[in-house]
Amino acid sequence: MKAWMPVILRGLLLVLLVAFLLSPGSFEPLLKPLVQQNAPAIYNQGSLLDLTLQHLRTVFAATLAATIIAIMLAILVTRPFGAEFLPLSRSLVNIGQTFPPVAVLALAVPAVGFGEKPTLIALFLYGLLPIFENTLTALTNLPRSVMEAARGAGMTDLQRLMKVELPLSLPVMVAGIRLSVTISLATATIGSTVAAKTLGEVIIAGLQSNNLAFILQGGLIVGVLAVLIYDGLSAIERLLTRRLGIT
Amino acid sequence: MIEIDAITKRYDENTVVDNVSMVIEPRTVTVVVGTSGSGKTTLLRMINRLVEPTEGMIRLDGEDNRAIPGHELRRRIGYAIQGHGLFPHRTVAQNIATVPGLLGWEKSRIDAKVEELLTLFQLDAKTFGPRYPHELSGGQQQRVGVARALAAEPNVLLMDEPFGALDPIIRAKAQEDLLAIQRHFGTTIVLVTHDMNEAFHLADKIAVMDKGRVLQYGPPVELVRAPAAPFVETLIGDTERPFRLLAIAKAGAAAEPGDADGEPIHEDRSQQEALADLLWSGRNALPVISATGVPMGRVTLEALLKHAARPQ
Ligand SMILES: Nc1ncnc2c1ncn2[C@@H]1O[C@H](COP(=O)(O)OP(=O)(O)OP(=O)(O)O)[C@@H](O)[C@H]1O
Ligand SMILES: [Mg+2]
Repeated sequence: MKAWMPVILRGLLLVLLVAFLLSPGSFEPLLKPLVQQNAPAIYNQGSLLDLTLQHLRTVFAATLAATIIAIMLAILVTRPFGAEFLPLSRSLVNIGQTFPPVAVLALAVPAVGFGEKPTLIALFLYGLLPIFENTLTALTNLPRSVMEAARGAGMTDLQRLMKVELPLSLPVMVAGIRLSVTISLATATIGSTVAAKTLGEVIIAGLQSNNLAFILQGGLIVGVLAVLIYDGLSAIERLLTRRLGIT
Repeated sequence: MIEIDAITKRYDENTVVDNVSMVIEPRTVTVVVGTSGSGKTTLLRMINRLVEPTEGMIRLDGEDNRAIPGHELRRRIGYAIQGHGLFPHRTVAQNIATVPGLLGWEKSRIDAKVEELLTLFQLDAKTFGPRYPHELSGGQQQRVGVARALAAEPNVLLMDEPFGALDPIIRAKAQEDLLAIQRHFGTTIVLVTHDMNEAFHLADKIAVMDKGRVLQYGPPVELVRAPAAPFVETLIGDTERPFRLLAIAKAGAAAEPGDADGEPIHEDRSQQEALADLLWSGRNALPVISATGVPMGRVTLEALLKHAARPQ
């Protein structure tokens, strides 16, 4: 009974989110008390559903690119021939992280113009580190006896990577992706300041017109998305971990 | 045949294997014993080139083991790693199928082999095949590790403390199975163990290692009869010497004409077992029969005592 509670709660949350996005008007009475008379309680400068989908698309694209690059980097620097690049790649990725997202946006705009591109760049740079770090940790902490057995069985370097190292690192890699996605979901809102279509628009519109309801719905949608995606990836991670018998 | 020719391994200044030479005859069991850290695992790993020697050369059937790429060499040599090293993300069946898979065997042949090996090691193929290693006991994991090493029917089998985690009953069974497999396929086995009983039971020849050197390499009886160093003597144990001699000799070898009463003993049981039988049943002699059940005379307490005495 108890084990089902979180699942039911998350299911309800998802239903609520979908309902709100498909028919925001039905929720107007709930938000009405938050705004002054005559002011709209539901965002009216575009479709919330479209904004949400674009927000997700931006995050997804940036995370996908970050995942591919971060994993490739981590694989590269854990091979014998790439070992000397390990410190360099670590500091590069760390620099990406210490740069505030706003600064990345400000620097990227003159280079690539307004719109989605600077946001993608910022999210990409921000997503790299957790995935890179986690993949690196996983690849460098594989059980020694297992690696020895893989060599002893006559696997080539590539076979060891594909058949043993990556599958065994998967749960920790997914944990990195999970962190990265969550950060990106929140950071993407800032993209609206450089005219990217994200849920940040709703929040900014609320700030500009002093509309508490706008701020709240923009923030809540992002928050709920983050919780649901975080939980979903955690579940995948647990599944993978359990299969490996690590717990 | 494995010819180890003046092989040395150094890590920085530290000499781990020190100028070791030995010839391992084909289709024999060689057991390497010695204290922890004496270089047994390192020596074993230089045979399949998991460790590259600093100096010296190893030849397999006359061919330098560096003549083919390392991974191809290792597919031909079975290796049961110290502490099993099973792949945690693969089922028992997939683990055993590793080398056959790399060699590109057909699926039906792999499946048959997996089932054969699981059955051989007393693991029900239907129950254990689909399980993951963490769903097995330590002893079961170890048996799967050995099965994996045997899967591609290698000519040479390297085993690093393969039976350490087994209970005495399963261990005795696993040793018998190993000898049966060895005889059946004519495998050349090099096995590392800390268990002197195991060494004397399995070995055609024993190599005693200490601080990277091989102090003595020869048949078990020679180690007891003429230990080359005090360390070898210590390893065998003063109080164990007569029993070791009995343990490596067959009851048939002590048989003499004559009659005796009671339960007979097989000619290829050890003299130690014959002695135990005699002591326990309070007899002075017991009948010996051949493998086919033909009477071969008797073994007397007196004869056994003579066999156990210090060789002249
Ligand atoms: N990669 C390595 N780098 C440095 N030293 C090593 C390395 N591998 C092994 N050694 C050292 O070589 C020595 C011999 O190790 P080895 O594993 O061959 O011992 P062993 O006889 O198998 O011991 P045990 O019975 O405990 O398994 C040890 O002192 C060990 O610390
Ligand atoms: Mg060892």
